[in-house]
Amino acid sequence: MTPMVKSEGVHKSFGATHVLKGIDLEVAPREVFCLVGPSGSGKSTFLRCINHLEKINAGRLSVDGQLVGYRQKGDKLYELKEREVAAQRRDIGMVFQRFNLFPHMTAVENVMEAPVQVKRESKAAARERAVKLLDRVGLGDKTNNYPAQLSGGQQQRVAIARALAMQPKLMLFDEPTSALDPELVGEVLDVMRGLAEDGMTMIVVTHEMGFAREVGDSIVFMDDGVVVESGHPREVLTNPRHERTKSFLSKVL
Amino acid sequence: MTVPTEKAGPEETPPGSRPAPEAIRAIPVRHYGRWISTLVVLALVYLILNAFAGADVNYGAIPDFLLSASVLEGLGATVLISLLAMAIGLVLGVVLAVMRLSKNPVTSSVAWTYVWLFRGTPVYVQLMIWFNLALIFPYINLGFYRDEMSDFMTPFMAALLGLGLNEAAYMSEIVRAGIQSVDEGQTEASHALGMTQGKTLRRVVLPQAMRVIVPPTGNEFLNMLKTSALAASAAQYEELLLSAQNIGRVSGAVVEMLFLAVLWYLILTSFFSIGQFYLERYYARGSLRQLPLTPWQKIKVNVAGFGNRGGLG
Repeated sequence: MTPMVKSEGVHKSFGATHVLKGIDLEVAPREVFCLVGPSGSGKSTFLRCINHLEKINAGRLSVDGQLVGYRQKGDKLYELKEREVAAQRRDIGMVFQRFNLFPHMTAVENVMEAPVQVKRESKAAARERAVKLLDRVGLGDKTNNYPAQLSGGQQQRVAIARALAMQPKLMLFDEPTSALDPELVGEVLDVMRGLAEDGMTMIVVTHEMGFAREVGDSIVFMDDGVVVESGHPREVLTNPRHERTKSFLSKVL
Repeated sequence: MTVPTEKAGPEETPPGSRPAPEAIRAIPVRHYGRWISTLVVLALVYLILNAFAGADVNYGAIPDFLLSASVLEGLGATVLISLLAMAIGLVLGVVLAVMRLSKNPVTSSVAWTYVWLFRGTPVYVQLMIWFNLALIFPYINLGFYRDEMSDFMTPFMAALLGLGLNEAAYMSEIVRAGIQSVDEGQTEASHALGMTQGKTLRRVVLPQAMRVIVPPTGNEFLNMLKTSALAASAAQYEELLLSAQNIGRVSGAVVEMLFLAVLWYLILTSFFSIGQFYLERYYARGSLRQLPLTPWQKIKVNVAGFGNRGGLG
């Protein structure tokens, strides 16, 4: 079975700052894969490399057997055209820490936008599906609200519905609950839990260790651009082997 | 018992479990400055009106010509050239802004040079050069279109090109500022959904940039209505000012006709300012929880709550 995501020796620098120093990992289909670590460890950057929001400098990164952002012919790599990169991204949903909803569109318009503009779905069909998706994340009564009229938790749930509207095979979550009031974290995690139960492949950068332990199939602890420790969440979170993992977990748990 | 205090403005008492304390009924601060300034302004207005009333101006001539055929024709010409030149400025301005921001070094330096050239020279000179283009290029040959330049470069064409191309330079800077004001996260979210650069710009970035773009564009348009008067002397384009001046020359009411032009310019700019208000209101949707009231709604609120001051400042 081809892994959903395969990363081999991925390096990434911003100018002189070396952020990723050789990341090797594999994510299986239907797996919930949690990335944890201190801020600045490179976990968000790695997530953004998976849908080519950031270009990697070395190594190989592929999604569902396809190289991200490049095409290999013989031993030469060719950069993909903008249109081809966009096509690759269609199948990868992403949810951001700051929601990044389109503020000039209502909730339902946010969800319809990509199916109509990218997949050329009819507006009526896209709207019908969008309303169903908003219903699924518990916002069936907020379809015509603008993002500014929604709470943080509601905005993040709209953002999840927006990503799901493209029927992705992989969902990336970049600290989806870090910008939320503690009270609102639960409603977003509930939606993510539901997604995991439906068999969605998910890569989640998070500080919610409870979620990782309960829903995660595997966990990776990153620090300073390298994978320090990986394994099953219960194993890693209760019996960390590395000192660095121990000291990090003692602070967040 | 109420104790008069010197606190300004009534304040709502928060609801509590205990019986609500008595509402404060304070004597408001007296604004003597407002009374004094009112008197000063009234005196100045009286002096100015008095001066103009005593001036050697035949005010009766203004209403006589206000709606005369040639004035209305000039008015139409002013509005027409302003709208068309603004349309050119807007479209070309967006194109130049996108070129300027593109990663392609050729297109971005072309856009930079264009803005440098047109923003760096007086529009009056540009208008004169367009109008006199026949002196250096006697013929125009665009492949599909050939003509003598003097036939092609009518006063209308010279005014249109001169004003429109100059405006594009200014508009491109306004559009660029608008595009750069939109949060980077919006572009990322749009790209993550599989939208291309062009779609992102059209569907996500520009609609949000409009909030920043519209107010200075309204400014530009009012400027355009007035600057179009330069096309009269630089390119013999018969717009409002020129037709008013022509009447003045014939009838001898020179200053009166200038006043007439002033009156029409004020009417025009007021009219288009109202349009700008509604345009800004439209592009504010989503970014404000409550849209600002239209003047009409404000009147209704004020009439309903007359005498009920406070609350909304």
